[in-house]
Amino acid sequence: MIKKIISSVAIATCLTAAGIASAETKVGFVYVGPIGDHGWSYQHNQSRLALEKALDVKTSYVESVPEGADAQRVIRQLAADGNEVIFTTSFGYMNPTLKVAKRFPKVKFEHATGYKRSKNLSTYSARFYEGRAVLGAIAGKMTKTNTIGYIASFPIPEVIRGINAMTLAARKVNPDVKVKVVWVNTWFDPGKEGDAAKALIDQGADVITQHTDSPAPLQVAEKRGVYGFGQASNMKSFAPKAQLTAIVNNWDKYYIDRVKAAQDGSWASIDTWAGIKDGMVTLAPYGDAVPQDVRDYADSVKASIVDGSFHPFQGPIKNQKGEVVTKEGETIGDGELAKMGWYVEGVDGKIPK
Amino acid sequence: MDILIAAILTIITAATPLLFAALGELVTEKSGVLNLGVEGMMIMGAIIGFVTVHHTGSASVAIIASMIAGAFIASIFGILVLKFHARQVPTGLALTIFGLGLSALIGQSMIGVAYTGIPKLAIPGLASIPVIGNILFNQDGLVYLSILMVIVVYWFMNKSRAGLILRAVGDSHDAAHAMGYSVVKIRFMAILFGGAMAGVGGAYLSLAYSPLWVEGMTAGRGWIALALVVFASWKVGRVLLGAYLFGGITILQLHAQALGIGIPSQVMSMLPYLATILVLVFISRDKTKIKLNSPASLGKPFHESR
Repeated sequence: MIKKIISSVAIATCLTAAGIASAETKVGFVYVGPIGDHGWSYQHNQSRLALEKALDVKTSYVESVPEGADAQRVIRQLAADGNEVIFTTSFGYMNPTLKVAKRFPKVKFEHATGYKRSKNLSTYSARFYEGRAVLGAIAGKMTKTNTIGYIASFPIPEVIRGINAMTLAARKVNPDVKVKVVWVNTWFDPGKEGDAAKALIDQGADVITQHTDSPAPLQVAEKRGVYGFGQASNMKSFAPKAQLTAIVNNWDKYYIDRVKAAQDGSWASIDTWAGIKDGMVTLAPYGDAVPQDVRDYADSVKASIVDGSFHPFQGPIKNQKGEVVTKEGETIGDGELAKMGWYVEGVDGKIPK
Repeated sequence: MDILIAAILTIITAATPLLFAALGELVTEKSGVLNLGVEGMMIMGAIIGFVTVHHTGSASVAIIASMIAGAFIASIFGILVLKFHARQVPTGLALTIFGLGLSALIGQSMIGVAYTGIPKLAIPGLASIPVIGNILFNQDGLVYLSILMVIVVYWFMNKSRAGLILRAVGDSHDAAHAMGYSVVKIRFMAILFGGAMAGVGGAYLSLAYSPLWVEGMTAGRGWIALALVVFASWKVGRVLLGAYLFGGITILQLHAQALGIGIPSQVMSMLPYLATILVLVFISRDKTKIKLNSPASLGKPFHESR
């Protein structure tokens, strides 16, 4: 909160400084968490810094902005302060961003993970499920108990897609794999995330993964001598032995491309859903525990996703009842993926309704 | 059986931070002061404990530092409330916001730093008893300390003269003042104790429970501790029960999910709150007893001149 005040003071100072303005483009960012979360907001901020380095821009940001009415005030303030491009980086900023975009038609807005666009509002997200498929391939090869533990946040399509992508990839190399899912109903609570990891390990999981934001589960894995994966950023310092690899979000190229487009006048409202191929989803270097043959296989999965010869959701795919829902040779399309609300075969338990 | 033991071990770690913070707040409230800044004091204890262990490598020094940190920011609250007669509720809320912000500032260089966690202290002989030995006598030092503090606080509140005076101050500060006791001094000490205990509770999070630093890692545990005190109707034994009940159901619901028991996870997440409140309300349903236990001057400002 205090830092929020400091940053809004900083924004106000920017405003006065803009009077003497030069050609530099002003870019604003809104984060849902603190930049110190070592996860989602941290990565967005890293890319903001990369943008500052790459182009002649002046950036400002406001962190820990709650989703909802407060967000609209912050976004409007950033627009009023003369920012030409504004990135709002959480799903819940969708409607506030849309409303402010209408009032400031000359400002270019970019909303992460949403689906509402307008003339001056683009959306962007990453195909994290491609990264999950690589994790699944590694997990399937590494597990001895054939049980993978999955710590999940909220039952939204994004999270369910990740669980399914991982399960499909793991069962491709090891058909006996079962994925146990524990929902913690929070994005961020290190204690509870760690407890969920302990519960999963106590029940036989020897590889765990998470769709929550803190490194706590990985730390538990390290302590208990099982394996895990980093989430959103490289978390190796917390689990030097346990981290097999990590999905690392990288927004650098997107932010630089979009601001460049705004500068040269080629900016248009688009929808971007980029993956490993575009470098938006990257994987951390393999941990020492990953043997060479597993590395080679994981690399081949990655390569086949990049060259398009493999899609994490290509048939045959069975649902939990064992019925084929996607036939061999078919692939689940983006539209269906965007609203995914069912588990594939191999996931234990039911999706909370 | 193995799963059961594993679950119990996890329950103990989940309950301990709540127990520390709630015991401290109980003493503060018994002196007639409502400090809503528990969350802020906890997170200060968490970051100062973590920074100290990172620089000194000593868990005991870190724990003492976290107590001092908690007591220090509690003293700001104490001075504002007791000396300048600031309202307790908004001042306590401000303390939470202040603690969250200040800890984030201090913790900037601690992001991504790892710590292995404080060591377990096995009690020789007793720890090798099958089943219960591992549960009761192979814990880290802070778990033993939390149980010791339950006994100390119980003895202090119910058996000692000083505890009697503290309760008198909480029940009627005017009467206690007329009898010659220094209301301000006693309340200030109680506030410091509450701060130090919240500080250790926070340190338990960053040193043992999930040994790392991330902003906002208390994730609302300070508020749960506050609620425990009220629902336990200011009784030490019930605070212990409440903390373990809350921790216990939190862990069991995670296990139930991993076992694939088909209850919606939202209901599961709600369960610890619901069950703890229900049980504590049920055992303290006697209205006259609640009145006897609750400090009558809680939250009321005290002016010496009156």
